[in-house]
Amino acid sequence: MAVVAEDPSLYAIRAGVLRRKLLDKAFVILGLLVLVAALAVLLALFLDLVVQGAPRLNWDFITSYASRKPEKAGILAAWVGTSLVMVVTACVAMPIGVAAAIYLEEYAPKNWFTAIIEINVTNLAGVPSIIYGLLALGLFVYKFNLGQSIAAAGLTLALLILPIVIVATREAVRAVPRSIREAAYALGATRWEVTAHHVLPYSMGGVLTGMIIGLSRAIGETAPIITIGALSFIAFLPSPPITGEFPFLSFAWLKDAFTAMPIQMFNWVSRPDPGFRINAAAAGAILLGMTLLMNGVAIWLRYRFRKKINW
Amino acid sequence: MKSTSIFAVAAATAAIAAFGVAPADAVAQQAIKIDGSSTVFPISEAVAEEFQIAKRGKVRVTVGISGTGGGFKKFCRGEIDIADASRPISKSEMDACAKAGIEYIELPVAYDALTVAVNPKNTWVDSITVAELKKMWEPAAQGKVKTWKDVNPKWPARPLELFGPGSDSGTFDYFTEATVGKSKSSRGDYTASEDDNVLVQGVESDANALAYFGYAYYAPNAAKMKALRVVNSKGQPVGPSPQGVLDGSYEPLSRPIFIYVSKASARRPEIKEFVEFYLLKGAPLVEEVKYVPLAQASYSRAVANFRSGKVGTAFGGKNEVGLTVEELLAREARF
Repeated sequence: MAVVAEDPSLYAIRAGVLRRKLLDKAFVILGLLVLVAALAVLLALFLDLVVQGAPRLNWDFITSYASRKPEKAGILAAWVGTSLVMVVTACVAMPIGVAAAIYLEEYAPKNWFTAIIEINVTNLAGVPSIIYGLLALGLFVYKFNLGQSIAAAGLTLALLILPIVIVATREAVRAVPRSIREAAYALGATRWEVTAHHVLPYSMGGVLTGMIIGLSRAIGETAPIITIGALSFIAFLPSPPITGEFPFLSFAWLKDAFTAMPIQMFNWVSRPDPGFRINAAAAGAILLGMTLLMNGVAIWLRYRFRKKINW
Repeated sequence: MKSTSIFAVAAATAAIAAFGVAPADAVAQQAIKIDGSSTVFPISEAVAEEFQIAKRGKVRVTVGISGTGGGFKKFCRGEIDIADASRPISKSEMDACAKAGIEYIELPVAYDALTVAVNPKNTWVDSITVAELKKMWEPAAQGKVKTWKDVNPKWPARPLELFGPGSDSGTFDYFTEATVGKSKSSRGDYTASEDDNVLVQGVESDANALAYFGYAYYAPNAAKMKALRVVNSKGQPVGPSPQGVLDGSYEPLSRPIFIYVSKASARRPEIKEFVEFYLLKGAPLVEEVKYVPLAQASYSRAVANFRSGKVGTAFGGKNEVGLTVEELLAREARF
């Protein structure tokens, strides 16, 4: 606040206040406009896809396999493939990402070694996804002999989103007030107890936000999963994770071949028959819907976590 | 983790519950793996679809797209049973397969007619000679041949806007071989796209445009563009059509496309059945996806070659232009 010493007249002060209030309002309006513009683009894109794909947006489309006839083709193999790959990605990226972030924030000594790790993690977030694809092709597909499987794709995408999860988790962990930790230490809690009972639960909202951003990126990735060899035509589902016999759970699906939504769309867009473009639009709308649904669940969970926090 | 995994497991479970597909004995499934050219993909996809319907899901067929070169890489490593190829196997690929001990049977499955198309507003050209195409596309044309008049003085001095596939495409290899005379030898200053629909849009929207792409991309858009007749070696201008391809008059821009079947895989009954299905029941499917089926006699001959286990390629690692399938099937194969 500048003190208006040179010009003591009340009028000038009022004008100044008014100007700053106007500026304040103007900024609110600007912010709102930017937000509306961003949402409008997304909405326009989504509506465009829905309108274009409307003739194909029906139950048959979701429950049929790909076909040479655009009006018979569907996305069953693609959406099941995408869902399963996302399960693997989330199950791998979350624990590793959170553990890495907690180590870096709570345990790691501040020295040149951790500095290098930190710089690398941040840099990794900017590496083009195709590089992850090539790495995964050499490492997961051939070295670990996973083949062109759901597991290989899930691990690849997990690597891809790991930096995002780590950075978001670190931010969230850092946001937990120092006083909470000190209070716990004062009561005799060990470092692990402080982390597990206080820091981690309180930062869960931020961790989930990181997961949302990471998985939203992963679900639309095409380049790395094409590189590791996702298929374009597949007319069967991976083996079911739940079986009729003991132990009722099966992990055979991890080794199965798959296709994913972005690949199916990419394939359709490049086909000569214009009918496939309608399919691609419909698949795009459903992929966006899947992303929104996934995020919706995470946002709801985040809300529940935040409600439990009462400092 | 909880959120997303719960969702996805629920989704997967719902999928399985809803559609009742739970083959518990997935291990006993027979699988056929195909990969390779995106040009051949629509045919393999159609055959795979019909074959699986015919076998009531007892055999699982998967088809990938890694390009002809990528397909051969996997094929020569023994990862797949059948390679889709829009050009014959090259010398280096033959060597790679030989080194890995992978023997293969080369089977032509259809023809593709490369189509040279212009905008419908183009009134000055209806047919074109190979020499004119060469003048347009050869590397020496780069920066020099900029107008239609530069190619043929009878044509107007309008800018020449060229559209063509990128250099990774088998279509590019064949077109340059057939017009310029050397595979992959082309000018670089044209609008290149790996997505043929971009080329189609280019021709549709630009009155000065000329593009080349597979017949499958021309057929559904025939009303919106003009396909040029290409003067063949007998001096007749012939437009792209299934008849022209079959009677051999649409040359040199028609080419056979292939599948390569691994000899080791061909011993498996399901592969044998699939390949015979491909060759004997494939013709209507080939037509449906806008390629030109071979003559019935050629398919029978190909089946005979397959049954007798004739391994090797009739090309010896070179991409030859203007070869009929009959000549090709009768040739002594080299490995």
